[in-house]
Amino acid sequence: MTADNNFAIEVRGLVKHFGEVQAVAGVDFNVRRGEMFGFLGPNGAGKTTTVRMLTGVLDPSEGTATIQAHDIRTEALLSRAHLGVVPEEANVYLDLSVWRNLMLMAELHGIPRRQRVREGERLLEALGLTDRKLHKARTLSKGLRQRLMLCAALVTGPEILFLDEPTSGLDVASARLIRQIVRQLNGNGLTVFLTTHNMDEAEEMCSRVAIINQGRIAAIDAPERLRSAMRSSQYLEVTLGGGQMDAAKLEQLPGALRVTREGDYARLYGEQPGLLAIEVARVAEAKHLHIVHLCTRKPSFEDVFLYFTRDQGQELSS
Amino acid sequence: MTPYTELVHTWGRQGHGALVIVKKNALLYYLKPPVLIFGVLFPIFFFLAFKMGRPIPPENIVPGMVAMALWFTASAVGPLVTPWERRAKTYERLISTPVSIRTILAGDVISGFIFGGCLSVVPIVLGLAMTDACIVSAGELVGGIVLGALSFASLGVLLAAPPASSPSNIMLLSNLVRLPLLFVSGIFLPISRMPAWARCIAPVSPLSYAGDLIRGGFGQKTYFPVWLSPTMLIAFTGVLTWCACRFHRRWREKGL
Repeated sequence: MTADNNFAIEVRGLVKHFGEVQAVAGVDFNVRRGEMFGFLGPNGAGKTTTVRMLTGVLDPSEGTATIQAHDIRTEALLSRAHLGVVPEEANVYLDLSVWRNLMLMAELHGIPRRQRVREGERLLEALGLTDRKLHKARTLSKGLRQRLMLCAALVTGPEILFLDEPTSGLDVASARLIRQIVRQLNGNGLTVFLTTHNMDEAEEMCSRVAIINQGRIAAIDAPERLRSAMRSSQYLEVTLGGGQMDAAKLEQLPGALRVTREGDYARLYGEQPGLLAIEVARVAEAKHLHIVHLCTRKPSFEDVFLYFTRDQGQELSS
Repeated sequence: MTPYTELVHTWGRQGHGALVIVKKNALLYYLKPPVLIFGVLFPIFFFLAFKMGRPIPPENIVPGMVAMALWFTASAVGPLVTPWERRAKTYERLISTPVSIRTILAGDVISGFIFGGCLSVVPIVLGLAMTDACIVSAGELVGGIVLGALSFASLGVLLAAPPASSPSNIMLLSNLVRLPLLFVSGIFLPISRMPAWARCIAPVSPLSYAGDLIRGGFGQKTYFPVWLSPTMLIAFTGVLTWCACRFHRRWREKGL
C-alpha cells in the first residue's frame, strides 16, 4: 500500500472477523496530519476493534492501514513507534509508582534517559500529578489514573495520539483538564484520533468525524456538514400570541414539510427554516397575530448520530 | 541506512526492550505470592518430605535439592506474568508499544532465568555450609544451572500461552506439567536406579539433563554423557522458546 504524506493514518478495506462474527466489515478513511479526528458509533459498531487493529493489538483479517506511512502489517514495529495510546480502561501498572509507570512506557519506546525524565516531569506538572509522583498507581482515583495514562502516552513523544473514551466516567475537573490538554497538543500539531460516545465532546473537539455502524463507515465529514446533510430535520420553532394557527394552515406554508406541536410551540420542519420564518411572519401580520417566540433550529449532533446509526432513510421527527 | 545497519538498529532496540521487560518483571512479579509459593516454598516442602526420616547422607541430596529449586524457581515467573497482565489489561498496552511479542517473551525468559539462577545459590550455599558436599566440577555445576535455568524459564513462558481468564488456571496447568516431570528426572532417585518405564521418560524432561550436570558438578556419578546434557538443554531452550512464540502469537487475541 502506498502512503500519502498528507495523511497520518490511511485505512484501506480493513476487515476483522472473530470466528463467524464480522466486527469490522471493510472500512476506509484517512486522517490528515495535525487533525483531530472523531470516531463515533454505537456499542458493538466496531470502533474499539478498529482502534485495536490500528494500534497493533489485533491483526486485521483483511485490508491494511498505514500509520505515518508505515504499513501496520508489514512494518508493525515502525508504525507503533509513532503512537501514543490511551485506552478506555486505565490499565496502568497498579503496583508501580506513577513515575515508574511513566518511565516504563518511555523506555519501551527507546526515549533517551535525559529526555524522558525532563518530559515526564513536565507532563506530571501539566496534569497535576507531581505530588503523586512516588505514590503507587493503585492509590489513584479513576480520574487520576486516566491522567496518568495520558502522561504515559505523551511521554513517548508520539506523532499520533489514540484516545478511546478518554473522559468516560470521569469527574468534571479531570474531563475538562484532559480535553484542554488534548486541544493544546492538537494545536501544536499532534494528530488526535478520538473515539467517544460523548456527542458534545466530538462536536466541540473534532474537525472531522467518522460514524461507524455495524462495522461500516456510515458517514464521514465535519460535524457541521453532517448536521447540514440532514436538511429536512431542520425546523422553525414558533409561538404566536393573540390566537393560534392550526397545523393544517402552517403545513400549507411554502417550504413546510410537516408540523408538530409541543406545548405552546409549533415546529415547522423544512429544508430552509429561514424562509419559513419569513412566511410565518407574513401570515401572522395578515391575521393580526403577534410573534412571541421565533427561532430556527438545526438537529443536534446527537440527532445526526442517531440518524446515521439507525435506518438511514428515516430522518427523525423530533 | 543500509539494510545491515537497520538490522543492527532494530536488534539493538528490541534487545533494550527485552531488558526493560526484565526490569518491569523484577519490580512487579518476583515477590508476588504465587511466585513465592510455587517457586520457593514448594521445593522446601518437597525437600523436607523427601529427607525426613530417611537415612540418606545429607551431602547426597544437595545436587537434587539445587536442581529442584532451580526447576521450580526458573519456571515460576513465566506462568504468572502473561496471565496476570492479561487480567490487568496491561498486556494490551505492552503489545501496542514498538516491541515485538518475541521481545516480550525474551524478557520473560530472562526474568525467569535470573530469578531461578539467583535463588539456586541459596541451596548451594546451605549445602556447602551444612553438609560435606563439595564442588568438584564448577564448569558442570555452572553449566547445569545456567542452561537449566534458561530451558526451565522457556518452559514457564510456554505454559503461559493458553488464553486463560485467571492466572491461577495457568499456575495449575504449570504444576500439572512440572510435578510429574520432577518424579521422572532423577531428582529423588538417580535415573540409573529408577524403574525401566521412568528411565524411558527421563530423556524427555529438561530437568533430567540439568540435574545430571549439577550432580556431576558435585562429583556424583552422571547418567548421561557429559556432552549430551548441555546439548539437550540448548535444544530444549530453542524448541520451547520457539513454541512459546508461536502459541503466544496464535492465542494473543483470545486472551485479551
